[in-house]
Amino acid sequence: MASLRHERRIDAPADVVWAVVRDPASIPEWFPGIVSCTVDGARRTVRTATGLDIPEEILTSDPLLRRFAYRITAPLYELHVGTIDVFALDDRSSLCVYGTTALPDTLALIVAGATKGALDEIARLAETSYRQMTE
Amino acid sequence: MGRRILFITTDQQRYDTVGANGGCLARTPHLDALAAEGIRYERCQPTSVVCMPSRASMLTGQFPSTHGAWMNGVALAENAPSVAESLHDAGYATALIGKAHFEPFLDPFGRFSENALANLGVPTVESPWFDGRRGVHRGFDFLELATHGVLGPLHYAKWMQAQHPEQLGNFYPVLDRELNVNALGGGDTGAPQVAFNDVPREWYHTDWVADRTIDWLDRQDDDRDWFCWMSFPDPHHPWDPPRSQLGRVPWREVELPANYPTSAHEREALLDQKARHWRAWYDGRVVSNYEAPAKWVPATLRANQVREVNALNAVEVELIDEAIGRVLAVFDRRGWRDDVDVIFTTDHGELQGDFGLLFKGPYHVDGLLRLPLIWRPARASSPTPTVVTAPVSLVSLAATFLHIAQVDVPSWSEGASLPTSDADADVRGFDHSVTEWDSALFGVDVHVRTVVTKEHLYTEYLAGTMHDGSEGELYNLADDPLQRVNRFGDPRYASARAVLSERLRAHALRPGERATPGELVAPV
Repeated sequence: MASLRHERRIDAPADVVWAVVRDPASIPEWFPGIVSCTVDGARRTVRTATGLDIPEEILTSDPLLRRFAYRITAPLYELHVGTIDVFALDDRSSLCVYGTTALPDTLALIVAGATKGALDEIARLAETSYRQMTE
Repeated sequence: MGRRILFITTDQQRYDTVGANGGCLARTPHLDALAAEGIRYERCQPTSVVCMPSRASMLTGQFPSTHGAWMNGVALAENAPSVAESLHDAGYATALIGKAHFEPFLDPFGRFSENALANLGVPTVESPWFDGRRGVHRGFDFLELATHGVLGPLHYAKWMQAQHPEQLGNFYPVLDRELNVNALGGGDTGAPQVAFNDVPREWYHTDWVADRTIDWLDRQDDDRDWFCWMSFPDPHHPWDPPRSQLGRVPWREVELPANYPTSAHEREALLDQKARHWRAWYDGRVVSNYEAPAKWVPATLRANQVREVNALNAVEVELIDEAIGRVLAVFDRRGWRDDVDVIFTTDHGELQGDFGLLFKGPYHVDGLLRLPLIWRPARASSPTPTVVTAPVSLVSLAATFLHIAQVDVPSWSEGASLPTSDADADVRGFDHSVTEWDSALFGVDVHVRTVVTKEHLYTEYLAGTMHDGSEGELYNLADDPLQRVNRFGDPRYASARAVLSERLRAHALRPGERATPGELVAPV
């Protein structure tokens, strides 16, 4: 099993960052290569740019902890848990941490590689939103 | 109107698999004819012995430590230099048909352009994707892509999935359930990455690449200059050519390679002379990178498995040669007979039984380092057939294409245009070439630098989890062409070693801007 993590400091308050990631249906807006998704209760299916449909289960979306967790339920994955945590650094900046734990190890590397790009997009959306709020 | 350029690459092909280079297993009459009419290089070297860094060097004219795609699984930056872009800007129509692999294959999200292209159609310059000025992608106006199998998102796989779904199970499963390179054995001998494939020849990727190239060429205007990179995925493993073709090279009649030690004692004695990771891999104690099956132990390789792998490899090489012949025939039909430069090479070699090993990795010996390279200049330029023995590198390809097109070579190119003779090589200082290796995967990192001159092959292992920075290899190519006697610690070679080490130091300190090394985001 491999467990990998990426993190990024974002120049926006934690609540603004959390607003970007808390909605399960928002993932096409910030995860590179996910072009659409459908959400039915705790089940989410994302469609990738290669035309692949990946089923997922939402495990938690906790606004108090600002923690979103999900798992990919496709048979290829023996195990997968993805977590997004948003921590307040001060009232104008935050730290967003995207964790990937998966088996087989190779899949962890592939998914975690994409989450780094996701953090960049989350930061871009949150910082743009915060600028608009403060202007 | 200038000279058109057909750039032909294969994947993982040894120097000695081509008839013109002395190969006697596969018949390669079309390549042999190109060599007889043009320039055959006897010592061409890749910048890296794995696909992505080497292919990125062909495109950028830069070493991996400059372009930043330092290992498979590290994408070449979108804004990296591209010789295709320079040719596109000079008015050339540009195409890449077959295997690209500037970006990781294992990319279920399709966040890399190569993997998303097929699902979005085949964009053209008239309907561009990404950045229109640069063509569809990296300066290519047209891309139609394939790799070694029929799964995944590339054009060939999509075509097979849609048109011939009943054939999908005939191909060897390149990866296992854990997405590691598959160790599953097949064929008659149980050799890894070998399978009988009942796919009809005309649907196999070699003929598909030629068919799609011919289709693209047929759509070009008579007077348009073009640059076409025709990139065959073979003879890279898996070795699963169409079963109907296996009678070309019966494996039981194949002689063992000169560098295959038949006794385990001899194999192990040879490996023990080399840096420690050679023997560690052979014994199954370490797999230093993703390029060989993680669950295969080289010590289990048997002589008949080597014979069968080499036979299947030769079948694949013959199919490629015939496919090349079909494409070359287009030039006569289109009236381009005298106007096309043809350059043939590969991205790196294959051990193919040398030292009792298969596949590739941080093992810088001729099986992986010495590549076939043939340049048949356009007949209109009245080329003189010649053989170049000076060391040259694939890093020179980009500058060579620009030289042919009479386009100034940009400052980003680290390679100069290929020499056209040994005299030209002498004048222009082609006296050594360098290959780099950097890998870091699942807790094992290996860093290797090798310089080859006419006389020597010299390797230094930098400090990492496998090496402490003190190990190396030095081979005298004149009296040890199979690189069996490591003279790294031989005091009689101290002065040669000092000179070669200085070459590597100069390479490390060469001037020029380096891209930020890319991030490893997939194993391949």
